[in-house]
Amino acid sequence: MTHAPVRTRVHARVRTRNPMAALLFALLSAITLIAVLAQPARAEIEVNVNRGDVQPLPVAIPAFGGGQVGADISQVISANLQRSGLFRPLDPASFVEKGLTANVQPRFADWKTINAQALVNGQVTVEGGKLRVDFRLWDVFAEQQLLGLQFTASPESWRKVAHKISDAVYERLTGEKGYFDTRVVFVAESGSRLNPVKRLAIMDQDGANPSYLTSGDSIVMTPRFSSNSQEVTYMSLRPDSSTIYILNLETARRESLGTFPGMVFAPRFSPDGGKVVFSVERAGNSDLYVMNLSSRSSTRLTTDPAIDTSGSFSPDGTRIVFNSDRSGSPQLYVMGADGSGARRISSGGGRYTTPVWSPTGEFIAFTKQTGGEFHIGVMRPDGSDERLLTSSYLDEGPTWAPNGRVLMFSRETPGGASKLWSVDVTGRILQPMPYPGAGSDPAWSPLLN
Amino acid sequence: MVRSFTGSAALRLALVATAAASLAACQSKPKPAYPTTPSQPTAPPSTPLPPQAGPVTGQPTAPLPGSAQDFIVNVGDRVYFDTDQHEIREDARPLLSAQADWLKRYPSVVVKIEGNADERGTREYNLALGARRANSVRDFLVAQGVAAGRISTISFGKEQPIDAGSGEDAWQKNRNAHTAIVSGAR
Repeated sequence: MTHAPVRTRVHARVRTRNPMAALLFALLSAITLIAVLAQPARAEIEVNVNRGDVQPLPVAIPAFGGGQVGADISQVISANLQRSGLFRPLDPASFVEKGLTANVQPRFADWKTINAQALVNGQVTVEGGKLRVDFRLWDVFAEQQLLGLQFTASPESWRKVAHKISDAVYERLTGEKGYFDTRVVFVAESGSRLNPVKRLAIMDQDGANPSYLTSGDSIVMTPRFSSNSQEVTYMSLRPDSSTIYILNLETARRESLGTFPGMVFAPRFSPDGGKVVFSVERAGNSDLYVMNLSSRSSTRLTTDPAIDTSGSFSPDGTRIVFNSDRSGSPQLYVMGADGSGARRISSGGGRYTTPVWSPTGEFIAFTKQTGGEFHIGVMRPDGSDERLLTSSYLDEGPTWAPNGRVLMFSRETPGGASKLWSVDVTGRILQPMPYPGAGSDPAWSPLLN
Repeated sequence: MVRSFTGSAALRLALVATAAASLAACQSKPKPAYPTTPSQPTAPPSTPLPPQAGPVTGQPTAPLPGSAQDFIVNVGDRVYFDTDQHEIREDARPLLSAQADWLKRYPSVVVKIEGNADERGTREYNLALGARRANSVRDFLVAQGVAAGRISTISFGKEQPIDAGSGEDAWQKNRNAHTAIVSGAR
C-alpha cells in the first residue's frame, strides 16, 4: 500500500494591503437562482461568480522570478484560475514588460496594452533550505496593488504554495473563498467491467500527486472527507460482507464502524466530524442510522419499510437530506438530524438520488434520472429552484468544492470507463478533471491548512 | 420495460445443449493411436465380415447429483428482475421452486443469495435495491420450506455485472439474484 504524502504546512503573512481597493462585491443582478450579495463596487476589476454568462477576466501571470520553480508556480496558478472558468490567463508571449520582479511597480501601460485586467507577479527565493515566495496582485487599470503576500514552505511544497496563491487571488477578486488548496479522495478504477479493481485514491484538486490508499483486494466505494480533512470514511465490499471504515490519512490507521446484522453502506460524516450517518440493511430493508464516534453508540433514524439511504447533513448539523423510495420511486427528503419530521423536497418528476448538502447550506446537489439520461442538479433545501447542470448517459454522485461554487462527479459513456468531471453551479463551466485515469465517487476535501 | 425471462432461460439451456453436443462431437471423432494404413495387404477373409457396429457417440457425464454443477445445470442459479423492482416475477417462480426442492433434497447445502442491479441507477441506491432482490429470493425459498439459517444474503449493487454491455439486453441480465452455493454440496 502506498501511503499518501504527509501534508506540509505553509506559512503566509499579509505584507501590504491597499484599503482603497476593498472590493468585495457581486453587483451584477442575479440572472441565476443564486443569491447575490449586494456590495458597492469601488474598483475596476470585478469577477462575479454568480453569473453564468460572465466573460472570464483577462489576467497576466508572468513566470515568477527565481528559476524553474518560479515558472512552475506561475503555471500552476494559471491552470487553477483558468479551470475555474472565471479567469482567462493571457499568453506570456504577448507580454510587453519582461522580467518584472515582485519588488518594483509594474509598468501599468505595458499591461493595459494587452488588456490585462489583473496582474500576478512574484519572486521565489531559497533561504536556509526554505522556499520563500513573495507575490503581488495588481489592478492594472486602477494602477493599484490589491494584495501582497509572502509564503514560506519547504521546497517540496511548492505546488501547495501555488494553490494558496491561487486561493488568495480568487478570494481577492471574487469575494469568495477559493478551493485550490484542496484534495480529492476518489475510487481509482482498473480491470475490466466484469472484473473491476477499485482502489481508494487521493490527489490534489488539479490531479497532481495521485496515490493509492488501499490495495484493491476488495471493492471500495463512496469515500467522504471529514471536516478536518484528516479522515475519510468509505465502504468496502467483500464477497460475503460490507464494512464501513474510517481511515486516518495522517497515521494510515483504519478502523471499522463495527459489525451489523446486514449490509452497511453510504457513510458520511457530520459537519463537526463527531458522527457518521450511514445505511444499515436488514432483511432487505435499508434504514438510516447515525453513530456517535466517541461513544460508539448508534441510533436508528428511519423505520420506513422503503429504501432510506445517502444521508447528508446540513452544514449546521441540524438536518439531514436523504434518498428514499417511500413514495414509490427514489426521491429526496429532509428531516431533523434526530430523524424527526421527514418531508419530501423533490417534485420535478424523475428519479432523484445521492443528495449532498452544499457547504454554504444554500443548495442540495443530486443525481437525477429522467428521459433515459442522468443529470447532476441543484435545488434549494426546500426543493425550490431546481436546476439541472449536466446531462449524459451516466452522471452520478456530485461532491461540492468547499466554497460551494463547483461540483465534481463521475461520468460514464456506454461501455466506457468512468471519468471525473466538474461543473460550476451555473452549469456553464463543464470540464473533465485533469486526472487521466478512470475514477468514480469523488469527494472534495475542505480547504487545507 | 418488461422482458420475458423465459426467452433467456431457453437460450441458456440451448447453449448448454449446444456445448454438450459440440463436446460430444469432439469426443466421437476417431483418433487413431497407430498408422491406419496396413503395411501389407491382408489376405481376403474367407468368411464374410460381421456386420459393422453402429457409430459410438460420447457425451459428458451428467453432473453428480447434489453437486454445485448439478444445481447450476439442472436447476438454475439465477433469476431476473424488472427495472427498479424486487418482486419475484411469475416466470422466475418455477426456477426458485426447483431451487427450494433441490435445497430440501440436499439439506447440508448452505447458500448465499447475491442481489445485483443494472448500471441505470446510482451506487448507493443500487446497493439497497440489490439487497431487496436478494431478500425476495431468500423469502421465497424460506416460504417453500428451506431453513432460513441456511441462507445468507448480500448485495453487490451494480458492482458485479455479468454482462459488460450497455443496452437493455445487458441491463436485464444484470438485474438478478444469484444463488451461490457456499458449502455442503458434493
